[in-house]
Amino acid sequence: MPELLDIATRIAGWANDDEQVEAFVVHETETEVRAYEGEVESFTRAESQGVGVRVIVDGKQGYAYAGTLDDTALQETLCEARDNASFAEPDEFNGLAVPDGVEPASLELWSDTVGAFPTENKIALAIELERAALAADTRISGIESAEYIDTAYESAVATSTGITAAARETGCYVSVYTLAEADGETQTGFGFSIGREPGELDPAIAAADAADRATRLLGATKPGSERLTVVFDPWVTAQFLGIVGHTLTGEAVLKGRSMFADRLGDAVANPMVTLVDDATVPAAFTASALDGEGIATRCTPLIVDGELQAFLHNAYSARRAGSSSTGSAVRSGFKSGPSVGAQALTLLPGKQSQADLIAGIDNGFLVQGVSGLHSGVNPVSGDFSTGAEGLRIRNGEVAEPVREVTIASTVQRLLQDVAGIGDDLQWLPMSSAGVSLVVGDVTMSGA
Amino acid sequence: MLNHELINRTLSTAMRTGGEFAEVFVEDKRSSSAVLDDGRVEELTSGRDRGAGIRVVVGDTTGFAHTADLSEAGLSAAAEAAAAAARGGGGGAKVVAVSPIDIERSAPVRIPPEDVAKATKVGLLTLANEAARAQGSAISQVSARYGDSRRRILVANSDGVLAEDDQVRTLFSVSCVASGDTGLQTGRESTGRTVGFELFDEADVEEMGRRSAERAITKLSAQPAPSGAVPVVVGPGGGGVLFHEACGHGLEADLVGKGASVFANRVGEQVASPLVTLIDDGTMAGEWGHFAVDDEGRPAGHNVLIQDGVLTDYMWDQLRARKEGRLSSGNGRRQSYQHLPMVRMTNTYITAGHDDPEAIIADTDSGVYVAQLGGGQVNTATGDFVFGMTEAYLIENGEITDPIREGNLIGNGPEVLTRIDRLGHDFAMGSPGTCGKDGQGVPVGDGTPTLRVTSLTVGGTAA
Repeated sequence: MPELLDIATRIAGWANDDEQVEAFVVHETETEVRAYEGEVESFTRAESQGVGVRVIVDGKQGYAYAGTLDDTALQETLCEARDNASFAEPDEFNGLAVPDGVEPASLELWSDTVGAFPTENKIALAIELERAALAADTRISGIESAEYIDTAYESAVATSTGITAAARETGCYVSVYTLAEADGETQTGFGFSIGREPGELDPAIAAADAADRATRLLGATKPGSERLTVVFDPWVTAQFLGIVGHTLTGEAVLKGRSMFADRLGDAVANPMVTLVDDATVPAAFTASALDGEGIATRCTPLIVDGELQAFLHNAYSARRAGSSSTGSAVRSGFKSGPSVGAQALTLLPGKQSQADLIAGIDNGFLVQGVSGLHSGVNPVSGDFSTGAEGLRIRNGEVAEPVREVTIASTVQRLLQDVAGIGDDLQWLPMSSAGVSLVVGDVTMSGA
Repeated sequence: MLNHELINRTLSTAMRTGGEFAEVFVEDKRSSSAVLDDGRVEELTSGRDRGAGIRVVVGDTTGFAHTADLSEAGLSAAAEAAAAAARGGGGGAKVVAVSPIDIERSAPVRIPPEDVAKATKVGLLTLANEAARAQGSAISQVSARYGDSRRRILVANSDGVLAEDDQVRTLFSVSCVASGDTGLQTGRESTGRTVGFELFDEADVEEMGRRSAERAITKLSAQPAPSGAVPVVVGPGGGGVLFHEACGHGLEADLVGKGASVFANRVGEQVASPLVTLIDDGTMAGEWGHFAVDDEGRPAGHNVLIQDGVLTDYMWDQLRARKEGRLSSGNGRRQSYQHLPMVRMTNTYITAGHDDPEAIIADTDSGVYVAQLGGGQVNTATGDFVFGMTEAYLIENGEITDPIREGNLIGNGPEVLTRIDRLGHDFAMGSPGTCGKDGQGVPVGDGTPTLRVTSLTVGGTAA
């Protein structure tokens, strides 16, 4: 890995006196095994690398990338970024991150066992996963996909402003999508298990979850429309938190795209809500000691006891807001520069189990899955409407399954209407943790 | 992109351990984009990504590896890795010789974006921004994005196929935020075609700026959308997303083959209203989902999927077609050389009907009129799908009245297809889309005339 940092440092070192240069270099290997009907359906061995270069000159910013680390490509990429910068308009707040003296958390996110894990075992895991899911319930009629994936990801950031940062991490997971059938009706479910190394994976749990999620929807009908209390399954809560996180980024706030822009210090959520972004939690799927600009990640309480306390910042948004970076620069690969984003959001869990929460609800809806988050939720206006499936709650117990309904409210109201938080916090394969969440007065639309 | 001898040697290496089919996919993609936000040109980005993906099929197993190293050594290593991944049993030397297939190339790009000065591209952003802001002080934020890409591909396989394509796409979008007493609202307008910079001969970026601004301002007075099942009229162009989700994905042969589609085993059956003829057509020159050659070396096809309501065929890629002993329909696509191809849509549309669009609205007592759709999502196994409405109005007494807030609509594909009772004569293609499947995004187009669905559930909050 010193190699990646060497490359990044070399590029940053090419900066002219009147410019700032940042180089972001990545190298990733991935293995994916898909099983189908007891055989390997596909086996992919992937290795990719690339570099992204950001140049700021006279307050103007340009970016360029290349999917190779060839020497000539590095030079060309820097020149291209420079050229791109000359066509942008100046912004006095543009500037690369500078070291802030915060020591990165000591996280062990790399395991050599991923690289050493024999191919045969990866295949065996995928096949076992498929077998276990099929065997989990007689109503499981097929498997849409059963896969094992592992990744080893290394990255480095260096800037002409003194940043030199390198990180590496491994990850692996198994995931399975089941088809359940009864009386000519089909339902689907998914299950997964994640870990830093293969030894942490539990295909049996993934299979059981996938079978359970599909079979419990069998017989689902489309109900009428009404307002009721919903319970978000942890998976759904984590997705909802992702949307909330988006509204709390300095970028959305400064550019007038957040409904919380002028609400610092206000009670924006029910007092039981405490929302924190903290990528230094080792158990988080997206744990990372460094952000996309090479600044140490840290714990940022965003909402405390319902009160909005902070926004997330990268170097640019912090400078513009007159604040300091919260280590929240995020990147989606090397083909674009860093933006601002939550990295590991979590609600402070409550003390009740999901069953206890449900026991207190006379008429409700346990939402096990949502669809169309990208099409029916507007993080600027706060309008929130998604497809939903799950189980009705009647007299404190889960009852019949429902399908083909939507649930709707607004992001603002959902936060205010929180009526309970479970104790079942779990880190999921996304940038937030899940926990059972009770929300009152949500509209369910059906027939 | 690569010489034939090197391709032949690479394929031979891939087949050495007993492969039944091997393929080399080479891609060289250059992209550039420019973003204006918050009143200024924020950043220009450009880059290049090239490499080769090699797959080897043995029995029902596919091995795949890719490399950014297009030298003989790099290709050979990837070919060996793919062969090992397919776990062939060893079969001795196989000689492969490819020859170019004869495919009519798309109309040449008139103005290659790489020949256009960056300052000219940036100038478009400024025009759109100014036009949008001129719509009134309610417009509190504007962002505009220009993007172009040139994707050259070469596909060669052990059946002897050698095909190349050169795909140029240009895209422009404007997004506005309007703020008022009711909070913030957004409006968006986008255009994208498989053409060069001549896109802007027809696309008026100032008009796009104005329209996206109007959309956001209109929504400031939007009331909560209804909750429950109502008649829904979808404007021309917009409804493509509905069909993309309601049945497009369910007609992809890979999902059908796994029993994960409600449309499995239904060819020949009446699956939709007799008004519905659904076509997937990669040959539509200039459209966003157009190409000459798919990512498996097959020419793009004009494929009738539903004719007068009767299911006629699914969409096929090489792998699924091979199993069925038929030809691929030219629907094998992949996001990049780093991905395996699978069955994907191209430009999916419903042919025009005979109704007067205004009469369709006038004949609807009450319901919802959707002028612009967002994306959508479907569970192909159950047929349940959602799609978002980003500009919609109430229909009251046969007239379009108040704007309503954003939200999803939900329906079940097979049911909704039978509930289409009116089809206008005003066919239009919709906005450029990116279709996501299994983690891969590809550009797709869609189109419809104005249409009415007798009942769809609108996911609003109003009783």
